[in-house]
Amino acid sequence: MLRAERLRHSFGPVKALDEISFTVQPGQTLAVFGPNGAGKTTLLKVLAGLIQPQGGRAEVAGGRRAIGWIGHQPQLYAPLTVRENLRFWASLYSVKPPADLLRRLGLEEHADRPVRALSRGLVQRVAIARALVHDPTVLLLDEPFTGLDRVAAEALSRLLAQHAAAGRAAVLVTHNVEEGTGLATDVAFMRVGRFVHFAPRAGRGPAQVSEEYRNAIA
Amino acid sequence: MRLPELLRHSWTVAAKDLLVEFRSRTAILSAAVFVVLVLVVFNFGRDPTAVSNVDLAPSILWVTFTFAAILALNRAFQLELENQALDGLLLAPIDRSSIYLGKLIANLVFVAGVELIGVPLLALFFNVRVLPYLGPLTGLIALATVGFVAVGTLFSAMTVRTRFAELLLPVLLLPFMIPPLSWAVLATGRLLAGRPLSEVVGWLNMLAVYDIVFVALAVLLFPATVNE
Amino acid sequence: MPAAIWAELAMIVVGLSSVFYLFTKDPRLDRFAASSAEVGTVFCAIVLTTGPIWGKPIWGTWWTWDARLTFTLFLFLLYAGYLLLRGAVTDPAARARFAAVIGICGMCEVPFIHLSVYMFPTLHPMPIVLKPSAPSLPGTMLLTWLLSLGVFTLLYVGFVVQRYALSYLREELEAVGDVGGGRGHG
Repeated sequence: MLRAERLRHSFGPVKALDEISFTVQPGQTLAVFGPNGAGKTTLLKVLAGLIQPQGGRAEVAGGRRAIGWIGHQPQLYAPLTVRENLRFWASLYSVKPPADLLRRLGLEEHADRPVRALSRGLVQRVAIARALVHDPTVLLLDEPFTGLDRVAAEALSRLLAQHAAAGRAAVLVTHNVEEGTGLATDVAFMRVGRFVHFAPRAGRGPAQVSEEYRNAIA
Repeated sequence: MRLPELLRHSWTVAAKDLLVEFRSRTAILSAAVFVVLVLVVFNFGRDPTAVSNVDLAPSILWVTFTFAAILALNRAFQLELENQALDGLLLAPIDRSSIYLGKLIANLVFVAGVELIGVPLLALFFNVRVLPYLGPLTGLIALATVGFVAVGTLFSAMTVRTRFAELLLPVLLLPFMIPPLSWAVLATGRLLAGRPLSEVVGWLNMLAVYDIVFVALAVLLFPATVNE
Repeated sequence: MPAAIWAELAMIVVGLSSVFYLFTKDPRLDRFAASSAEVGTVFCAIVLTTGPIWGKPIWGTWWTWDARLTFTLFLFLLYAGYLLLRGAVTDPAARARFAAVIGICGMCEVPFIHLSVYMFPTLHPMPIVLKPSAPSLPGTMLLTWLLSLGVFTLLYVGFVVQRYALSYLREELEAVGDVGGGRGHG
């Protein structure tokens, strides 16, 4: 579903991506852990097509239409209502928002309130709704749990599980190993633009993965 | 993905921009206040025996329109930065040009709104006869507005991420506004003075050429301003 | 006068190298464009200061909306905008892209400024060298003019080369400074 081939990208002298290659199959959720500056966001942006890599190729089955992005910025218009926001983003993908989307995220009663008037937790849930409005088959998540309240975090975890169960792919990037491990089917550690570990999770728990991560990165 | 989809997405972007502006209403009010202010000040400032209304009218008109345009341009991309919505736009399966065209259309509608207020008010306060020339005048105003809003939209995409964005944009735009503005002011003057249309056609042609060149250029160059 | 010619030509150089930069993303082209722009600005400034100085005793006023002077003023504004934009953008890749965009727009704007400005009556001596028929300038004046054109051509090339070398060195310095100061990507 998603393939990266020898990706290379530098910002001046700094190598953000240094010959990275991997594939993600349907049903897999790849969690990439790494410290700040390792190149994680750059990797995600290259996969999404936001950055043209200086070397190598990234391919996502279905192209931009199939990609959903959840980051720490909501990508919403504050003066517009939830419904108007969703309708706008959906129309860019030439679809209509799915009828049950608001319900699945517990947003029905807020549908006609402007985003500006919502609490932070609600805004985050709307942001998730926005990412899913076109029913993407590949999810790219950039530190998605940062600052999420408990309700939103649970909603997100639930959605990711449903997404994987439906045979779809996701790549999750974070520096919080505990949170990310539970959702992953495959785990990778990234350091200075390279993968220093890439393997299926194979039943390892968060504590164990954290330990291995600390050993690998330190 | 060709023309019909391109236009549809552009219209979606434009509609969204206009809806946002309609909700907040700050920019249009500032522009309207400015129009009235300028008209009143100029009225008190002039000496009726030395300068006739018709001579002064074009400059006043275009000063107010330019201000409105700068106002619109400043907020056009600011809107996208606030919640990183621009990334969302870039991720969507739409042509980059749709983003530019959508912004352009929204800006034009905004400035047109100010122009719709400004012209009747000018005619009223300054006792200038506008109705007989309404057709060519509208065409003239439209052509000139497209000229500097097209370049302005392109530049605002770049300046919005710099430190002195609101200051930098007018400074960058100044040399690009001078040709269409000077032609517009001259032609407006001739029109309102009752000159025959044939005198004005030359300027209309130049404005049209300017528009075509710079809209095309902006559409071509826009991706360079947003891609990484 | 030759300064004015080169000021205008420099803008065309900026525009063309910007076009090539956008296609190839070669940073050398960007540096070249920037150098040409700075030299162009200087030449504009020369015209704008020496022009009125020469003109005052002859025309009786410091500034006039004379065609050639006004044209150079607008050209100067274009250059100033270009350099200001460069100064305001910190990310070098973005800076190069943005500069290329405004460089190309500037180059395309020049013919329109010509049209605008030359519609006004001018106090400047009418073109006597670049006429379709043979130049009608008296022999010695023609020689002087050609000589100063040659000098300014050399000056342009010399300044651009110098400026280019300087910006190359400066960028090397920036790169080292960046790595030393820590990384912020990821």
